[in-house]
Order: sequence, then structure tokens, then C-alpha cells
Amino acid sequence: MILLQAAVSGLLLGAVYALFSSGLTLIWGMMNFINFAHGEFVMLGMYVALVVTWGHFGPEVFGPAAAVVLFCLGALVYMGLIKHVMRGPMLAQILSTFGLALLLRYSAFYVFQSDFRTLPESSLSDTINLAGIFVSRAQLVAGVVAGLLALGMHILLTRTTLGSRMLAVAEDRSAAMLMGIRPDRMQALAWGLSAASAGIAGALMAIAFPFSPSVGETFALTAFVVVSLGGFGSVPGAMIAGLTIGLVEALAGYLIGPIYKDVVVYGLFVAVLWIRPQGLLGTL
Amino acid sequence: MAWRWGSVVLWGGLLVYPLVVAQTDSADFLQDVGATLVLAAISACAWNIVGGYAGQVSVGHAIFFGAGAYVPLMAYELWQAPPVLGLPFGILVAVVIALVIGTPTFRLQGHYFSMATIAVAELIRLVVGNWTLVGAAIGIQGPATPRGWWDLVFRSAVPYYYIFLAVLAVTVFITYAMARSRFGFYLRAIRSGERAARSLGVPVRRTKLMALMLSAALTAVAGSLYAFKVGFVNPESGLGILVSVQMVIIAALGGAGTLYGPIIGAIILIPLQSATNTWFGGSGSGLTYIIYGGIIVLIARFEPGGLLELWHRLVAPQGKRLMRMWRKPERPHAA
Repeated sequence: MILLQAAVSGLLLGAVYALFSSGLTLIWGMMNFINFAHGEFVMLGMYVALVVTWGHFGPEVFGPAAAVVLFCLGALVYMGLIKHVMRGPMLAQILSTFGLALLLRYSAFYVFQSDFRTLPESSLSDTINLAGIFVSRAQLVAGVVAGLLALGMHILLTRTTLGSRMLAVAEDRSAAMLMGIRPDRMQALAWGLSAASAGIAGALMAIAFPFSPSVGETFALTAFVVVSLGGFGSVPGAMIAGLTIGLVEALAGYLIGPIYKDVVVYGLFVAVLWIRPQGLLGTL
Repeated sequence: MAWRWGSVVLWGGLLVYPLVVAQTDSADFLQDVGATLVLAAISACAWNIVGGYAGQVSVGHAIFFGAGAYVPLMAYELWQAPPVLGLPFGILVAVVIALVIGTPTFRLQGHYFSMATIAVAELIRLVVGNWTLVGAAIGIQGPATPRGWWDLVFRSAVPYYYIFLAVLAVTVFITYAMARSRFGFYLRAIRSGERAARSLGVPVRRTKLMALMLSAALTAVAGSLYAFKVGFVNPESGLGILVSVQMVIIAALGGAGTLYGPIIGAIILIPLQSATNTWFGGSGSGLTYIIYGGIIVLIARFEPGGLLELWHRLVAPQGKRLMRMWRKPERPHAA
């Protein structure tokens, strides 16, 4: 029963992983670019939720607020930085988001201090009993909302005109331009969406877990593991892999010991690297 | 010609630096900063081989640094051996890890390698941090008092400074020889375009792997030197992500893929770092990394070639113009 309990909370967390990882994989699929600051976007989403509680707003505002703030940040980062470094050497591309990650992480340390924060009590603070399995309402809401949003992202990319436009830019930039699509606009939009997915995921996790400015690093690594397991550029892959990683993490934490759950997850990453470097649903 | 003068000034300056600052009031502090600077230059030069010349941006070089730092101290801890004897084994461990990481990741291109190096570095840091044999989160210590000169424990920073400087000279020489060899041309071909290089018959994967192994070995030497000087290493100081980041930013600031770029980067960044740490105290370390991040973003956005390229573009042509103006009047007399 405890095993089942661990599995359920692992899957709920896995859905949140799936959400922010599909943001990372979207950028990779669009422009072969790994955003090393993605974990920091998640962290900022958490602090947006914290700032929102200062205004005595309820948890239903966290997600939208984080989405708006992070969408603007993502689009801004693309227009101000990424657009320019894409023309430069690979070193510049990697350095740009890496430097951004350091800048955001340590600025957050500076502004919010390094101690762990929890959000104040809200309507989501109680625990509910699902046929003998106890789940905190916050975790349930976070998992379900994140799962739906990740699914929504997949539908947006595959079933709408906007998604087709974005994929067209990913396929062939100049051909897309000839079709009357503005690649810069599409890519800025992709960066906005990607950052917003990270921000919402952060805001959702902030309801259920304590956080500090240093959590971004862990989430960035989790996202890397999920994306490489699922296959680079594949949103469905990221969804399956996100749930898998959440489950593996929870079970490893329960069966082996909480300090080893990250070891197991990163070990899984190294195994994927050796056995199937393109991931589950990816192509080389 | 100009560059030969440049390197004479650089090496001469580095050679006399401890003697010059010995005259000042804070001689000990400045000599210590000097030793830190030279050590940082060594690891940045080592990173530069694979990150600069081959263009494979590793953000996990702390693994190799840590291997070099941990193995000698382990040798002391377990068998009371002088740490120096552990150095070759540290290099061996680093090279083996390089093989294990490089073999699968070099099948893929682009950012994948960077991401994989971060993840593996984090995995190793976590494993070491939970493993009692290697000191877990507390870390391990070297000999506190020297049993002889071979323990390499000195009270002053000056002997370390000159040992480090000698190693730096060897590292720069290896890089120089490598850059001029066929191997060096292969690396630069890979950096400018992997597919094109392969079509011209460059053995891409093997060359990248060799570069990573060479770079890992030299980084391990830097790690060992760090362990000799500090006499202590823990997961954060030996394997932390900031150890890797420092190598990348120093090389990139000076000029990645150039011979002297990493040294220039160290000369600028290390004094800046110790200045912010002294001015702002303990809380300054956070500010240091805000500055680090800002510098990295600015380099990436405006000058990916680093300061050396900026110099070549802006200052060097002016210098040449001045030289020509200075020589011109002589010509009529000669003719």
C-alpha cells in the first residue's frame, strides 16, 4: 500500500516534470538549442507564486501569473540574446543560457535570500483520501493541471495552424519565410511558451513543496534527463519520460533511500546515453 | 613579431610577480592570489583543448579536476603515501572517465555533449558526497605537517606558485605543439563543421575522444596541484558545478581556442574574484556569481571570440598603423 502511495505521488510529480520538460524539448525541436537556464525559469515560477501570495491572492492566480511573467521573460530572452547568439559559434550559444542561469540563480539568492520558503496555508493545504491512498490536494491539483497543460501543448503543436507554423520554421526557416511566416516571431513565441510552461510548473510545485533559489539546478538536470530519455524534440516523448522519471524517483526514494533517488535518476540518464542516445521516441 | 613580444612580457611578468609583490605590505595575500591565478590558468588551458580548439563545450570538467584532487589525497588517507605518488593514478582515473563519457556522447552533436557532461558531473558529485570511503560530504584531508619535502607542504605560497607556473608552461607548450600538428588541424576542422570534416576524411569521433582524454589528463594535473596546495578537498570544492563553470568562463573571456586566451582570462577574472570576495565578505560570493553570469552573457552576445579577438580587431591594427608611421620617415634616407 505504501508502495502504491509512493507510486501515485511519483506520477503526480512526474506530470509536472513532463510539463516543464516539454518546454525544453520544444526549444530543442525548434532550433537545436538546449536552454541551460530552463531550471531557473521553473525556480522563478515558484517565486512568482510567492510574490503573488504577498498580495493575498489565492492559489488559482499562481499559474496564470507565472505564465504571464515567464512568457514575457522567455520572449525577451529570445529577442535580446538568443536571436543574436544563434548566428555565432556553438560556444556562444551554450555560454549564453549558461550565463543567464548563473545570473538568474544568484540574483534570486540576492533578492529572496537562500532559505527555503513555503507558501502560506491555502484552500489546497489539506489531504484527501482516494480509496485508501492519501494525497495532498495541492499535489493532486499540480499533477492533474500539469498533465492537462502538457497535453494541451502537444495539441497546440500538432492540431493548430499556429503549431504548424512553428513546426514549419523548425523544419526549414527560409522555406517558412517564403510561405509568409515570420520565423523570429514564431521562435520568440516558442521561447515564451517554453518559459511559461516552466513557470507554471514551478508555480504548481510551489504549492506543494518548499523551495529555495538553488532548486533550479536540480530541475534543469531533471529536465535534461527527461528530454534525453523521451527523445530530443519530442513532446509526447517528454510526457512519457516525465511520468517515468517521477515514478522511478519516488520508487527509488522509497525502496533504496531518499538520498539515492537523484543518483538513480542520473544513473538512468547515463544508461540511456549508452544504450539508446536518441531516447525513446527521438531520432538521431 | 608583436605576439612574440607579448608572450615575453606575459611570461616575464608571471615569473617576477611573486618577487615584486614581496615588497608590498600584503605580500602573502598577493602571492596566494597569484598561485590561485596560475592554477586557474592551468585548468582553463586544459579545458581549452577540447572546449576551445575542438569546440566541444564541456561543462563537467570538474569531474577530471576532482579525480586529480581526490586520488592523491586518497593515497595519503589509505596508505600514508605522499600525495604526489597518487598523481599518475588521478590522471588515469580522469582519462578512463573521459572515455566513458566521450564514447557515447560524441555520437551526437551540438549541445548534447554539454548537457551530458553536466549530468555526469552531478551524478559523480552525488555519489562521492554519499560515499564514506572517499569522505562523503565532509571531504578528505592531506598531510597536515610535512614529513619531508616530497609531501609538498609549504607554508608560503611561493613554492606552489613556481611549481604551478612550470606546469602551466608545460601545458601551454603541449597546446602549442598540438595546435601546429595534424591533430590540431583536425580539431579546428571539427569545430568549424563536423560533417565537412568527416567528408574530408577526418576521423571525427576518435579525434574528439583523444582531445577529451588529453584535456582530462591535464585537468587532473590541475586538480592534483590544487589538492597539494590546499591539502583538503570536498565534493563542493573538487566536483561542484562552479569548478567547471570557472574553467569555461576564464577560457571564453580570454578567447577560447587561442593559446594565451585562458591565461589572459585568468589574469582578469581571478583578481576580480578575490576583490569582490574581500570587499563584500562572505555574502560576496553570491555577487561574484552574478558578475560571472553577467560577463558570460555579455561575451556570448557581443564578443564570442573573447578579449583576444577584440584586441586583434581594435587595438592591434592601431598599433601596426603607429609602427608604420614611425618607420616611414626612415625610407627616403635609406633610398
